[in-house]
Amino acid sequence: MTTSGGAAVKSAPWKDPSARPYVQVDRVTKAFGDFKAVDDVSLKIYKGEIFCLLGASGCGKTTLLRMLGGFETPTSGKIFIDGEDMTGVPPYERPVNMMFQSYALFPHMNVEENVAFGLKQDRIPKAEIKERVATMLDLVKLGDFAKRKPHQLSGGQRQRVALARSLVKRPKLLLLDEPLGALDKKLREHTQFELISLQDKLGVTFVVVTHDQEEAMTLASRIGVMNHGEIVQAGTPSEIYEFPSSKFVADFVGSVNMFEGKLIEDEPEHVRIASDDMGGTIYVSHGISAPPEAIVWAAVRPEKIFMSTAQPAGTDNVVRGAVQDIAYLGDLSIYLVKLPTGKVVRVTQPNTSRHAEAITWDQQVYLSWDATSPVVVTR
Amino acid sequence: MKTAAYLRRFGISGRGLVVALPYLWLLLFFVVPFVIVLKISFSDIDLAIPPYKPLLEWVGKNSLAIKVDFNNYAFLFTDRLYINAFLNSIKVAFISTVLCALVGYPMAYGIARSKPATRNLLLLLVILPFWTSLLLRVYAWIGLLKANGVINNVLIWMGVINEPLTLLYTPFAMYVGIVYSYLPFFILPMYANLEKMDWQLLEAAEDLGCRPWQAFYKITLPLSRNGILAGSMLVFIPAVGEFVIPALLGGPNALMIGRVLWDEFFSNRAWPVASAVAILLLILLVPFMMWYQSVQARESAGAR
Ligand SMILES: Nc1ncnc2c1ncn2[C@@H]1O[C@H](COP(=O)(O)OP(=O)(O)OP(=O)(O)O)[C@@H](O)[C@H]1O
Ligand SMILES: [Mg+2]
Repeated sequence: MTTSGGAAVKSAPWKDPSARPYVQVDRVTKAFGDFKAVDDVSLKIYKGEIFCLLGASGCGKTTLLRMLGGFETPTSGKIFIDGEDMTGVPPYERPVNMMFQSYALFPHMNVEENVAFGLKQDRIPKAEIKERVATMLDLVKLGDFAKRKPHQLSGGQRQRVALARSLVKRPKLLLLDEPLGALDKKLREHTQFELISLQDKLGVTFVVVTHDQEEAMTLASRIGVMNHGEIVQAGTPSEIYEFPSSKFVADFVGSVNMFEGKLIEDEPEHVRIASDDMGGTIYVSHGISAPPEAIVWAAVRPEKIFMSTAQPAGTDNVVRGAVQDIAYLGDLSIYLVKLPTGKVVRVTQPNTSRHAEAITWDQQVYLSWDATSPVVVTR
Repeated sequence: MKTAAYLRRFGISGRGLVVALPYLWLLLFFVVPFVIVLKISFSDIDLAIPPYKPLLEWVGKNSLAIKVDFNNYAFLFTDRLYINAFLNSIKVAFISTVLCALVGYPMAYGIARSKPATRNLLLLLVILPFWTSLLLRVYAWIGLLKANGVINNVLIWMGVINEPLTLLYTPFAMYVGIVYSYLPFFILPMYANLEKMDWQLLEAAEDLGCRPWQAFYKITLPLSRNGILAGSMLVFIPAVGEFVIPALLGGPNALMIGRVLWDEFFSNRAWPVASAVAILLLILLVPFMMWYQSVQARESAGAR
């Protein structure tokens, strides 16, 4: 997992209570009939951020984005952009551009005309339109396709036209709904970095919807994890990854081993958990706020687990198991280790030496981790 | 199954029959009558039953003479009546088409944008008039438009006018009748086109700075062009030959080619001239029909 951070927000304005948010979502709910697609969401997004909305399909990401764009009216709550109440402001008067999940390219216009559409609408001089469209098409590597109609393009090419069309107007706030989903890995990475550099150059604020957590990690200054219409946690990629606030977030962002257990020792600077799941005790070197004897979950990331054939010292954070499966991924290998309790633990190990140690199928191994590694969540 | 095998020996299969059926239909009800009309249009008028001379005649014992007479066609170009009637028919059909489009487009648009449940009801209402005869509906319009008809009475009662307006037997009444009768032919293909429209494109246009009416003008209108063309052809083509509505609602000087044809055929018993008029009308309309076909082909190919 790479957490490069991405966006050019070095000052972390979200930590400063006096900083003025560029976008403020204030207790917004959107109901379709009885069903709440977005449920009491509050968010503050600051100038220059790349804010990623991350969540499973159907959790309300698009609906939230459409409310920012003005295509959907909140059932309750308010949205402020640059301090202005957006209630009743139509899309064409918002300082916002949106890239639609379905692209919504105009089928009767070619690529160039699609991209130029918004600029023509603003009565920008012809020469400037031409130049800006050409630059944008170069950026998304579609210079050779300028005269094609949308139905003559592949899915990924269409996606890039949609991206170019929303970027070319240089709005203050850019809403991207799954902007890179249809691109291959290489082009996606390239475009991710282009987005970040564009963001640096133009100072645009981005809200990006994705269900690809790796993409969120690369792009985002902060991530808002959504579930069933609610924002369950918002924070920087490393906060989300290292300190998930709930089982859902820990599980959704990256892969994780979750051990259920009972709190048997609750001190200000450490806790101990007895886990039937794991068949042992887990010692964590930080305090948590939970009643004694509470059921909690300790989340341990696969890369933070050590695997050895010799028994490590100590009794906490150690467990024995048998290697059930190995997947070789080039730079690292994934081991699935089955514990005597039946639980399967996922462990990743970097392949540092070419002749990997002789840990193989069905071998008995010891798994252990540092006391700082587990994150304890109570819900 | 024995008969099927038997028929197959003669190159007749079930599938072949199914494919052949529409062609057979066309042959019986289009090609054969057309050939008959074409034949009559080349014959000479005669005081006989039927009132024309045969094309083929035995001359002596062994030779068959074909007598083709182009005079009927030449005649149509010598008398201004026919040319005027043609021109007037085209004018009336054109104006009716434009009126149908102006009235029908908003209706089709409204139906396409309504909820699916209401949509079916609205479509039903559009086709409902077809369940009664055209003649009855035209007579109903006479009742509405005549001097002591419903419209005049209501206007007088409301005090808008003192004297009844002359509505019936005017071009106005004729256009009302034609637009009323042909409107479904415009609305249905228009609706079929608009129903396929991706309305998110309008959101995209608004997002890029268009007001709703600009989005309509720049996105919806060009994308529904094929629907407009198809609907217009479906109104224009039959309206050119329209006879009943101008005869019943239009004044005596509503000179339409359909009426001329009727008069030639029934009043003058000039079958050859009437046939020539019919053939010429057909030739006039063929380009429009071909255009309609190509629009339909484009529409179903999905290209815009
Ligand atoms: N116009 C609507 N009417 C009724 N329900 C809707 C409407 N739009 C969205 N929904 C529902 O709201 C929920 C959230 O939809 P939304 O499109 O925001 O999901 P999403 O997070 O963008 O999912 P995906 O990742 O699949 O795009 C879904 O369950 C969807 O069925
Ligand atoms: Mg979505």
